[in-house]
Amino acid sequence: MRRRHILRYGSATVALTALTLFAGWWQVDGPATPSSPGPFPLPLAEMTFKLVDHEGQSVGPQSLVGRPTMVFFGFTYCPDVCPTTLSDITSWLDALGEVAAQLNVIFITVDPARDTVEVLSQYIKYFHAQIRGWTGSAAEISRAARDFRVSYEKVSRDGDAYTMNHTASVFLFDAGGRYISNIDYHESREFAVPKILRAIDTQRYAS
Amino acid sequence: MFKLSKVEILRGMRTAGFAAIALLLALSSTAFAASDDVFVEDAWSRASIGTNRPGVAYMTIRNAGETPVTLIGLTSSIAMRAEVHRTATNEQGVSSMEPAGDLTIAPGTILTLAPGGLHAMLMNLQAPINKGDRFKLTLKFAEGGEVTVEVVARGIAARGPRD
Repeated sequence: MRRRHILRYGSATVALTALTLFAGWWQVDGPATPSSPGPFPLPLAEMTFKLVDHEGQSVGPQSLVGRPTMVFFGFTYCPDVCPTTLSDITSWLDALGEVAAQLNVIFITVDPARDTVEVLSQYIKYFHAQIRGWTGSAAEISRAARDFRVSYEKVSRDGDAYTMNHTASVFLFDAGGRYISNIDYHESREFAVPKILRAIDTQRYAS
Repeated sequence: MFKLSKVEILRGMRTAGFAAIALLLALSSTAFAASDDVFVEDAWSRASIGTNRPGVAYMTIRNAGETPVTLIGLTSSIAMRAEVHRTATNEQGVSSMEPAGDLTIAPGTILTLAPGGLHAMLMNLQAPINKGDRFKLTLKFAEGGEVTVEVVARGIAARGPRD
């Protein structure tokens, strides 16, 4: 009689544990995994993509750790948002003066098919000299976007023409590679510059 | 019964003549009123790199008239096709661009084409746009009439009409 009870409770516990594990798997790794990426970029040190910069050098998120970093996704065939954001970044860097020299400033293309190393190097020179352009294979760009929690999508126009929808926020990381905040598209310089200073300054307050 | 003197007949004819002229003036003013009351200011563009990428133009369009006007199209010799597009950024920070369609400007209001919002997309550029270039852009209105403006090209990194 007693043994039967133990067996019954035992198997119930096992079943309950299995159910809990299954539910956990279902939520986290299984079919119920949120399809849209989470809201915040990973720490730079945990990112895994490999790209090339506009000078043809191999680069990756690891190479950014050690300095505060600003990252923006876009594409050079973009007539409105991207030149505006790159001009905004240029004006923020100008406003920061000498402090700006501490920053990594990275523009990652979401359109690697058109934005080759040559195209990027030609485009990037019209903006602040500190801005670096990164491109690479479609797979590595997609991996970078996933790590930054950025979404992008190709939208066909008439004929061969297409445009890209993409996350237009500027991401800020401290020197340790931790995500600090983002600057939304069209945020004014009065808000943007203090946010950048905070990302630079966290090294003073950290550890 | 009535006998009109020669002078009276002449007066009558004169009055009729004035009335006809006034009517003609009224008709012609309704025919051209829409675009006559539209003022376009600060039309600027950014220099292009070659002709592969779409160009862009920004401006303010003021309706100084007493009736709404509707912007229905753009043409420019610099581009095969020109359209007003709208950039929208959603809550997730994702920006996208769509043709804006017809745009009605209420009397006494200004329609602003500025970075990050409405802009004239200049597709299939016929020539590169160089900094300092000036080109013509024609705005067509549903109520009739057109306004042709001169667009000034600023640098690639320009943020406003005077950069």
